[in-house]
Amino acid sequence: MTNDYSIIGKSIAMVDAAGKTTGSGKYADDLSLPGMLYGKILHSPHPHARIKSIDTSRAERLDGVIAVVTGKDAPNPFGILPVGHDEHALALDKVRYVGDNVACVAAVSETIAEKALELIDVDYEHLPASFDPEESMKAETNLIHDNKPNNMEKDYHHVFGDPDKAFAEADYIAEGRFLANEVTHAAMEPHCTLAAFELDPHTGTLGRLTVWSSTQVPYYLQHKLSLVLEMPMSQIRVIKPLVGGGFGGKSEVIPIEIIAAVAARAAQRPVKITYTREEVFWAHRGRPRTIVDLKTAVKNDGSITAVKARVVQDGGAYCSYGVVTILYSGALLGALYDIPNIQYDGYRVLTNKPACGAMRGHGTVNVRFAFESQLDEIAAKLKMDPAEIRRRNLLKPPCITINGLRVQSYGLPECIDQVVTRSRWNERKGKLPRGRGLGVACSHYVSGAANSIIRSDMPHSTVNIKIDRDGGVVIYTGASDIGQGSDTMVAQVAAETLGCALSRVKVVAADTDLTPIDIGSYSSRVTFMNGNATLRAAQQVKKQIAAAAAKKMNCAPEDIVFKNDRLERQGLCGDGRLARPGGAELRSESATVSGRVEGQILRGSLQQKRKDEGPKDSITFEEAVVAAIDFHGALSGTGSYTPPPEARGGKHKGAGVGPSPAYSYSAQVAEVSVDEDTGEVTVHKVWAAHDCGRALNPVSVEGQVIGSVWMGMGQALTEEMIWKDGLLMNPGLLEYRSPSSVDSPEVEAIIVESIDPEGPFGAKEASEGSLAATIPAIANAIYDAVGIRLHESPFTPERVLAALRAKRNAKPLNLTQGVDPTAPAKFREHGGELCFKGKGPERHEFDPARREAQLGGAD
Amino acid sequence: MKKQLIELRVNGLTRELAIEPSALLLDVLRRDLGLTGSKRGCDDSSCGACTVLVDGTPMLACTLLAFSCEGQEITTVEGISEHGSLAAIQKAYGDWGGAQCGYCTPGFMITVKHLLAVNPDPSDEAIRSALSGNLCRCTGYTQMYQAIKAAIEAEKKGMATVK
Repeated sequence: MTNDYSIIGKSIAMVDAAGKTTGSGKYADDLSLPGMLYGKILHSPHPHARIKSIDTSRAERLDGVIAVVTGKDAPNPFGILPVGHDEHALALDKVRYVGDNVACVAAVSETIAEKALELIDVDYEHLPASFDPEESMKAETNLIHDNKPNNMEKDYHHVFGDPDKAFAEADYIAEGRFLANEVTHAAMEPHCTLAAFELDPHTGTLGRLTVWSSTQVPYYLQHKLSLVLEMPMSQIRVIKPLVGGGFGGKSEVIPIEIIAAVAARAAQRPVKITYTREEVFWAHRGRPRTIVDLKTAVKNDGSITAVKARVVQDGGAYCSYGVVTILYSGALLGALYDIPNIQYDGYRVLTNKPACGAMRGHGTVNVRFAFESQLDEIAAKLKMDPAEIRRRNLLKPPCITINGLRVQSYGLPECIDQVVTRSRWNERKGKLPRGRGLGVACSHYVSGAANSIIRSDMPHSTVNIKIDRDGGVVIYTGASDIGQGSDTMVAQVAAETLGCALSRVKVVAADTDLTPIDIGSYSSRVTFMNGNATLRAAQQVKKQIAAAAAKKMNCAPEDIVFKNDRLERQGLCGDGRLARPGGAELRSESATVSGRVEGQILRGSLQQKRKDEGPKDSITFEEAVVAAIDFHGALSGTGSYTPPPEARGGKHKGAGVGPSPAYSYSAQVAEVSVDEDTGEVTVHKVWAAHDCGRALNPVSVEGQVIGSVWMGMGQALTEEMIWKDGLLMNPGLLEYRSPSSVDSPEVEAIIVESIDPEGPFGAKEASEGSLAATIPAIANAIYDAVGIRLHESPFTPERVLAALRAKRNAKPLNLTQGVDPTAPAKFREHGGELCFKGKGPERHEFDPARREAQLGGAD
Repeated sequence: MKKQLIELRVNGLTRELAIEPSALLLDVLRRDLGLTGSKRGCDDSSCGACTVLVDGTPMLACTLLAFSCEGQEITTVEGISEHGSLAAIQKAYGDWGGAQCGYCTPGFMITVKHLLAVNPDPSDEAIRSALSGNLCRCTGYTQMYQAIKAAIEAEKKGMATVK
C-alpha cells in the first residue's frame, strides 16, 4: 500500500503547542477559584510507627485555618489495583514511610497552613522498620501490613517449557546477579489537585464535586474518589488540565488527589494542594530497586535455550502497581527474542519506604538491563559479535511465545540493521582507542495492556465525534495528554479518516463529564487503543456523510473519496478532473449526471442554489457536512476499542499482565568513553532505532524515542534515590541529578515502520520501549571501552572505579561504603529511628565530619 | 507580616501591588498578577522553570524577593510574543518538538531569548551551555537545539514563521 496519506506521517506541531510556548496553557496549579483555600499536608517523620493520638485543636484555633482533616475523615481504603486497596488518604492507625500522609490543613494562605501544621500534635509509637527487601522478606513480626506475612506483597513462580532440561543440555551457561537502584519520574510539574464542591439546590448540602488534577488516569481518579468519599461517580467530575509530564508518576491515584477533596468537603470551600518538590519525591511511585539473579543457557551457535530469573523488587510501603510490575518483569522476558524455556520467580516485597509504582518501561527495564548485559557476556564468551547473537535469536512472527504473548508486527531485525549501519558498528566495534567503546542492546514494550486493571467487558477506549454545521469537527476523547501528544494524534487520525483539514478539528479531552471512558495514559496504550477508537468513530461519521453526499453527488457512497477537505467521486484527481490510465483527462464538468437530491429538508437560498447546481462530482467537506446534517438531523459518531481475545494471553496465574495487542521494538548502539582515573563515563552518542508500527507524527515519535533514551541514560549514569533508614538523602532535582543539557549526548532516532495489522494506520507505541535498551547498551559499551562488566546501576564514578580496581586485583577504595544502599545494616544503630541517638555510622577516614569528631568538634 | 506597597514593572506595564516584604517574585507574578506562565518546578532554583528576565538578565523568580526587583524591568514568558503572534522561537519550539509536556518551556523561552539577544549566532557549544540552567524531563534537549537553530534561521530571513 502506497503511503498517500495527507495528514498522518507528516511532522506537525502539537495542537496545544502555542499554549505551552506562550505560557497561556493552564496546568492544575495555574488554576484558582474564588474563595479557594490552600491545603498543606502533615507528613510522617518516622518510617514505621503507630499513631496513638492526633490532636488538631491548636491548629484549628489558628486564625485563617478553615479545616483540619485526618484519617478518620476518609477511612475507606483505596489503591490503584483492585487487589491492592491498602492505602488511606490520610493515615488511620499507622504510618509506613517517612513522608506518609497524616493530616491536612486548609487555610486562606499557604503560610498560615504551614504554620498550622506545626500546631498538630501527633503521638507516635515507634515500630521497627524494614528497609532492605531481602531482610524484609524474613520478617515475622512488626509487619508493614498485617495481612501480608513476611512483608511479601506478592510472589509469582512461572515455568514455561522445560528449563531444567535445557540447562542440562546447554553448551554454555551464564549466571550473575544484577542490581538496579531506585529511580523516580521527577516530572517537571509537581502534583497538584484543586477540588471544589457545589451546593445541591434541592438539599442545600454539598452536592457535586469537581476535581482538576495532574493525572494520567482521570477515570480511575473518579472511581477512587467515589470509593473513598462514598459518592456516586456521576456526582464527581474529574478534569485533567495540561499535565507537566507523568512518566507513570501520575498514572495512579496519589493520596493528594483524595486529600484535596476530603479537605474541600470539610472546609466547604474549594481547596488546592500543590506538592513541593520534596513532597513529589515522597509521593514517588517510581521504579523499584531490583535485584535480578539471572541465568541463561545457550548453544554454541548463540541460540538461547533457556532463561531462569529470580527478581526481588523493593516495593516500598504500599502495593501501588506492584503486582503488575513484578508480573511485567517476568512476562516481558518473552516477546523480544525466541526463548523456548523460561523459569521466573518474582518477589514484590514491602519495605518502609515510599511506594514504588509504574515508571516508563514499567517492570521491564531493570530485567532488560540484566538480560542484555548477560547476553553481551555470552557473546564475548562465544567470541560472537554482540549484534549477531541478537540476530540469531529473533522470533519468527506471527507467533505466540512460550508464555502466551502474541507477536504480529516485528521490526526488530530492521532496527538492529539500522543501528549497526548508522553507527558503523562493523568497522568500529572493538577497534576504538582504549577508553572508548560501543555497545548494543535491544528492548521492547507493550502497546497497552490487553487486559485492563479493573476486569470488565468495558471497551478500553471510547471516542465520540460531533461535527458542526460549518464543518468543525469536535472529538471527545478520554485520552489524557501528558505531553506525549495524544490530543494531536487523535486530531490527526480523525482528520486523515475524514479527509478534512486538521484546522477543523478541535479536541475536548479528559473531562469525565464530557468525554467517554478511556482508562488512561499508561502502558503506552493511547495511540493504539484511543487511536483505534478515534478511527472507528471517524469512520462512523464518515459513513453518514458519505450517505448524504452520495445523494448529492448521485453516486454510491462507497465511490466517494474524502481527501484534502473535499469529497470526490472515485477516479477523480485532486483538482476535479477524471484521471484516465492513459494519461488523458476529462473535465468532470463535461460528465453530465442527471438526478436530484432527494429526501432533504432544504431551505431558502441554499435550497435554490443546490437545485441550480445539480449533482456534482466534487464538493467541499463543509458542503457535505451541511448535506449530512440536513439529512440526519445531527452528525455524530462513536467508536470504541477492545483488545481482541487472541491477544489476551494464556491461562496461568498472572497471565493477565504482559499480553498486548502489539509490541514495539528497539535496538540501540551507544558510544561511550570512560575516564580510568576518575571513573567518569561520558556518553557521546546513541543511535536508537524504534519500530513504532507507523509514525503518525514523526517529530513526536522521534521526541519520544530521544526522551526515552535520555531518561534511560539518566538511570544508567547518575539518577539514584539514596536512602538512609528510610529517609531520602537527595529529594531535590539538583541532588537527584537528572541530566542537564551539557550532560546529554546526541541521540539519533531512527524510525522503523513495521505497519501493525491492528494498529490505527499500523501504529504501535513509541514512548516507552526505547528506555530499557539504553542502560545495557551503555553497560556493554563500557565493557567494550575498558573491559569491566558493571552489575549495578547507575554506573557512577565510584562503581566504575571499584570495578576497575577489582579487575586489577587492587584493594577496593570503599568510597561508597557510607552511602551504599546495599549495606543498610550500617545505619541501624539507632533502631530505625531517625533522630540520631547512637554513635552513628563508621565514617571514611577522609570524611571531614570524622576529622571534626576526632578534634572534638561539632555534634 | 504586614503588606507594603510596591511598584513592579512587568512586561512593559507598571503595576502597583500590596505584598508581604518576604513575598517571592514567582508567587507575586503567579498569584497577585495572574501571570501563571512562569512555573514552579523545584522551589530551590535547580530547575529553571521560573526563569524571568530582570533588566534583561535571566533570573530565577522562585528564589528572588519581589521587593528586590522594584524599579527593574521584568519580562515573563507572557511578554515575549511579538506583535500579537508567536515569536520565532515559540513557533520553532512547537514545530520541532522542543516542547513536550511544556512545563519547562516558559523557562526555556526566556533563556533562549536571552541567549539570542546576547549572541545572535551561537555555536552548538554555546547553546548547550546556555540551556544547562534549565531542566527538561521530556525531550532530552536534542529537539530543542533543532528548534533554536530553526528560529535563528527564521530570524535571519526576517520571517515570522519557521519551517
